[in-house]
This record gives sequence, C-alpha cells and structure tokens, in this order.
Amino acid sequence: MKFQNKKVLGLVAGSVVLALAATGCGKGSGDGGGAAGGGGGSKATITFLPKNLGNPYFDTSDKGGANAIKEFGGTYSQVGPQDASPDGQAQYIDTAAQKHTDAIVMSANDPKALCDSVKSAQDAGTKVVTFDSDTGPGCRDLFVNQATAEGIATVEVDMIADQIGDAGEIAILSSTPNATNQNAWIEIMKKDLATNHPKIKLDEVAYGTDDDQTSFDKTASLLQKHPNLKGIISPTTIGIAAAARYLSTSDKKGKVALTGLGTPNQMRKYVTDGTVTEFALWNPEDLGYLAAYAAKALVDGDITGKKGDTFKAGKLGEFKVGDDQTVLLGDPFKFNKSNIGQFNF
Amino acid sequence: MSTTTTTAGRTRDYPSYSRPLWWRIAFTRESAVIALLVGVLLWAIYGVLYFGTQLTMTFLFLDIAPILLIALPMTAVIVTGEIDLSVASVVGLSSSVLGLLVHHGWSVPLAALVCLVVGLACGALNGFLIAYVGLPSLAVTIGTLALFRGIAVGLLGTTAVTTFPSRWTSLAKAQIGSTGVPVIVIPIVVLAIVFTLLLHFSGFGRGVYDIGLNREAAEFTGVRVARTKFTLFLLTAAVSAFAGIYFTLRFSSSRGDNATGLELQVIAAVLLGGVSIFGGRGGLHGVIAGVLLIGALSSALRLLGVTVNVINIIIGLLLVASVVSTSVLAWISETSARRKNRGRRPSDLPQHAPPGVRTKEKEA
Repeated sequence: MKFQNKKVLGLVAGSVVLALAATGCGKGSGDGGGAAGGGGGSKATITFLPKNLGNPYFDTSDKGGANAIKEFGGTYSQVGPQDASPDGQAQYIDTAAQKHTDAIVMSANDPKALCDSVKSAQDAGTKVVTFDSDTGPGCRDLFVNQATAEGIATVEVDMIADQIGDAGEIAILSSTPNATNQNAWIEIMKKDLATNHPKIKLDEVAYGTDDDQTSFDKTASLLQKHPNLKGIISPTTIGIAAAARYLSTSDKKGKVALTGLGTPNQMRKYVTDGTVTEFALWNPEDLGYLAAYAAKALVDGDITGKKGDTFKAGKLGEFKVGDDQTVLLGDPFKFNKSNIGQFNF
Repeated sequence: MSTTTTTAGRTRDYPSYSRPLWWRIAFTRESAVIALLVGVLLWAIYGVLYFGTQLTMTFLFLDIAPILLIALPMTAVIVTGEIDLSVASVVGLSSSVLGLLVHHGWSVPLAALVCLVVGLACGALNGFLIAYVGLPSLAVTIGTLALFRGIAVGLLGTTAVTTFPSRWTSLAKAQIGSTGVPVIVIPIVVLAIVFTLLLHFSGFGRGVYDIGLNREAAEFTGVRVARTKFTLFLLTAAVSAFAGIYFTLRFSSSRGDNATGLELQVIAAVLLGGVSIFGGRGGLHGVIAGVLLIGALSSALRLLGVTVNVINIIIGLLLVASVVSTSVLAWISETSARRKNRGRRPSDLPQHAPPGVRTKEKEA
C-alpha cells in the first residue's frame, strides 16, 4: 500500500517534468529578433560582466562604463558571478542573449570556456566586447586592451630613470620565475636599459613569487646584497606593496627609489609618506569608459571590428581598431601624490 | 499471520495512515516543493520577460544537468543518513583526467571510460572507509574532497586543456531535433528512471530507507548495510565522473578547479526536495522538483537583472524555510493526530492490540 502511494507521487513528479518541457516548447522562440540597431543618439542596452562582483578593480572600471553609457543615453547594467568562475559567467552571457541585450562588455574568466556562450549570444544579435582579460579573436567582436607589453616595460624604465637621475644600480623584484607577463616585460626592460639608459646597471632580478612575505624578505636581501642600490622596479602589485612596506620602515626610505605596477589603494600610504614617488598601472575607469564606447560603436554599426575602423570615445578622443580586432587604451597611467586621491581600487 | 496482515493493510488504522489518500499526497514536503515549482514556473512564464522561450529552457537544462545528475545518487546516500561531500572534486578530477588524456591523443570515448573508472575508484575509496572501516562519512568525504581536488589541480597545474574534438563538444550541447531540449536530458531521464526503480521499487531501496531509519534494526532484518552503503558511494562517484565529462565537453574546458562548490548546490537541492538530512525519508520526485525549482528561480531572477548575491540570499532563505517547515509540518500532523485520537477509548488504538483481537473487533 505504501508503494502505491509512492507510485502516485512518482506520476505527479513525472507530469511536472513533462509540463515544464511542454511549456518550454509551446512558447517557442516566437519573440526573437527585435534588437535595437538604429544609429544616431544610441539607446543601446549594455551589460557589464566583470570577473566577479565586489572586486574594487571592476567596480572602478564598470563605473567608467556607466559614466560613458550615461553620456550617450544608453542603458547600463552590471551582473556577474560571485566567484571568478567561467561557468558562473557563462550563465550571465546566456541570460544576456535571452534578453537580447545589445552588447556585453566583459572580462573573461577563461579564454576558451566562454566561447560557445559568446557565439550563441552573437547569434542572438548581441555584440561582445572584452576588456582586461580577453577570450581571443573569434570569440568576441572587439578586445579593449589596457596596455601593451612595450608600453608597460617602457613606462617602468622611464619612471626609475627619472627618479634616480638616469644613472646607478637597480634591481627588479618580480613575481614568480615563470610568470609569462612579467618575464616578457623584463626582457623588454633589459633591452630598453641597454640601448637608452647605458648608465643604469641592472644588478639582479629577484622573485618574490607574488607572496607578500617572500617579497618583503627579498626586498630586505636586495638592499643588503647591493649597498649601492639606487632603485627597485617591481612589475607586480603584490611585490611593489611588500617592497614599499619594507622600505617605509627602513633607513633606506627616500634614498632607494621604488616604482612599478601597483594599485592606488595598496600604495596610497607609501605615496603619502614619501616612500614611493610614482608608480604606474592603467586607469581602469578609462578602460571601462572606452569599452562602453566601443560597444556602442559596434551596436550602432559605426564599426564592425575590422582593422582600421575608427570611433570616437567621448572625452578620450578617437580610437583605431588594430590587429586581431583589438583597441589599445594607450600608455599606462602614472599615479603620484597629485592624483592618487581620486582613485579607489 | 497472512490474514491479519492483509486486514491491517486494508483498514490502516494507525495514526500516520488515518488520513485519506489525497490528504497524505497533498500535505507532504514533496508536493509542497512541486507546487512551489509550478507556481514559480507560472509566475516566470507570464511575469518575467523572455522566460517563456525555448532558449531559456535549453539553458536551464544545460545549467542544472550536473546538479540534477549528481542529486539522484546523492538522494539515496542522504536517505541512509550519510553524506558525500567529495562529488564536486570527483567532477573536477574527471574533468582533469579527460583533458589530460585527450591532450595526449586519446579518443574521447576511451578517455571518458577511464574517467568513469577513476570515478569508481574514488567511490570505492569513500565507500570502503565509510562502509567497511566504519568512519563517519562527513569526515571521510571532507578529506577526499580535498584529496581528489588536489589531484585534479595537480594533474593539470594552472593550465587548461581547451581543445576537444568538436563532434563531442557539440554533442554535449546538442538538442533533440528542434525541440530545444538538450541531449543531456536523455541520460538524465534514463538515470532518473533507474534510480527511481532502485530506490522506490526494489528491495535494495527498502534497505536504503531501513538503514536511514534505524541502522541496527536494518542489520537485524537482514539488510546488508555495509554493502548497500558501499554501492551507493560507488554510484555517486560514478555519476559525478559522468557529470564531469559532460561539464568538460559543455565548456570545452578541462580545468582542475572546474565545478568547485558544486557539492553544496547538490546537497541544497536534495534537502530542498524534502529529503531529511537525518536519513530515512525523502523521495526522488521531490529532489528533481527541488533542482528544477532552484534552476528556474535563479534563471528567472537573472533575467530580471537581480544580482547574484540577492539570488543566493533568496535560495538560502528558501532552503532554511523548507527545512524549518519539515519540523512545523511534523508538529502539526502530530498534534492533529493526537487531537483526533483523544476522544477514543484506548482500546481503539490498534498499535497495542494483538492482531487477532483487532480482526474480531472489525468484524463485529
């Protein structure tokens, strides 16, 4: 008897599943199309999809995007997963496709895993712009690149040369020995130093393994090993913060220059107390701003993403699409005492 | 003996069967979840723009497929009063193994077979430690959660294998004809039928419930407790490995950290579906409705532009409410049964009466 009861329940469950399938089928894809496309004052709906929510870096970039969208009168929204996982992001790309959003601006959590979702969104008429982290050409309409390797390497060398009077011994505090980005930058830095700054001598490349304590210890040992050291370049945000923390409490403060790539929130204290004069990174707010204008240009049909296309991005001026459907934001942004107060990321 | 049993079956005079059939069907946790699911679907189809489209259903099934698959064996595990927290790590390990083998030139079906074997090995380790060594499943599977995930990440390092034959990756996302129903629904339906038969219509399944209600009593009535538990952990890990193959092919991405945290989504759906965490009660129909409910609700809320944190809060509250409602429902039915029985003479209550006496009373 007990099992007869269960059987009935099983039937109920089965019919619910069927009903779900049936309602899904019945409705069909009737209301497809309808994506806005007209030129002029754009009313594009643009969704920002950061790697994850609650990340100050993306809050800053998305703020830039929101400002840009407000300027041209479109509709801005921000969605994203809680953890930086590709499957979480895929759901939001799918949702954007279902809603026939005009464009998605996203920083990809995986170069390949999002490809299919992106393609089905494109099939549904949604333009896809990546920024910060790319998916690779063929998996988006446009990539807004924050900086090139040359740009990053050159700005760091220029800053240190500036701060130590273009002569003396320096060291580099990198992340891990096999970090692709850092190694590429260091190679360019070495060439740049050899050709343009012959009086600067690179003593050592140390590796702080992107660990706060290791970077801190490596800074100490660099200063001990090379008593004549005049400057340190740390092309990693964790390294530069740890090095600044060491320097700020040592007697070398103000005597050994420190520069590299850092974030304003981590470095504010050390810029204010004079440990660090100037460091660089791109401006995420500008990055989001440019990405929003790029998305608008795609939606309005002003550009298709092919090489040589140009579009106007509000206050940032005119931009040109380069190889691999990529737009470059420009040179890295330098943070110092005069501007660091304006940033919060 | 046989006559008394049938008589007792026909009259069903003991309190839990004192209600008519419709009452007992309508006032269960399972039907509450099913009703809620129907309610959410109706609201979403008519109230949420773009929800009632074929595309929504396709994505919904693609998204919940791994959860739905693993929830089937997980239900049986939780009904025995045990738990398996290592399922998401098995998904990750299976994903890593598939990627590694395909990267080294293996064909997808062969690599998938190895993944299933790896899954069975994981399940055998869990099952051995829990069923035969007698360790608590919570402790064992927390350990293997870390162990399997560690191996998965260790196998691939920080790299991801992203090139798979497109024949297989498109199969993972293919639809049955032009219905919009993804192909993955076929194995889900097959496994759902298999697990329904196993859990609700077989001696093995009755053993599973017996273990959850009273382990010692089950042992004394001849249920092979250790073997049943071992089998269930094998099944859970094997289905998780299959979910890992699907996950990998769907995203064409094999990473050691794939599906991190999926175990909690699976367990949440199982509990929402009315399965008691203490074991002994619950049904697959409720669990399937629970998975669909979470999937449909988050899909509808995403379409409304609700942010992920709020979605998690809503689903969390739903889960807490559903767990609390079990106690409340139990309390209500208990008090109402007591009230109903209050007017009767004690001899009317059949539990204590010897079978022979009861038969006579009914005839009189």
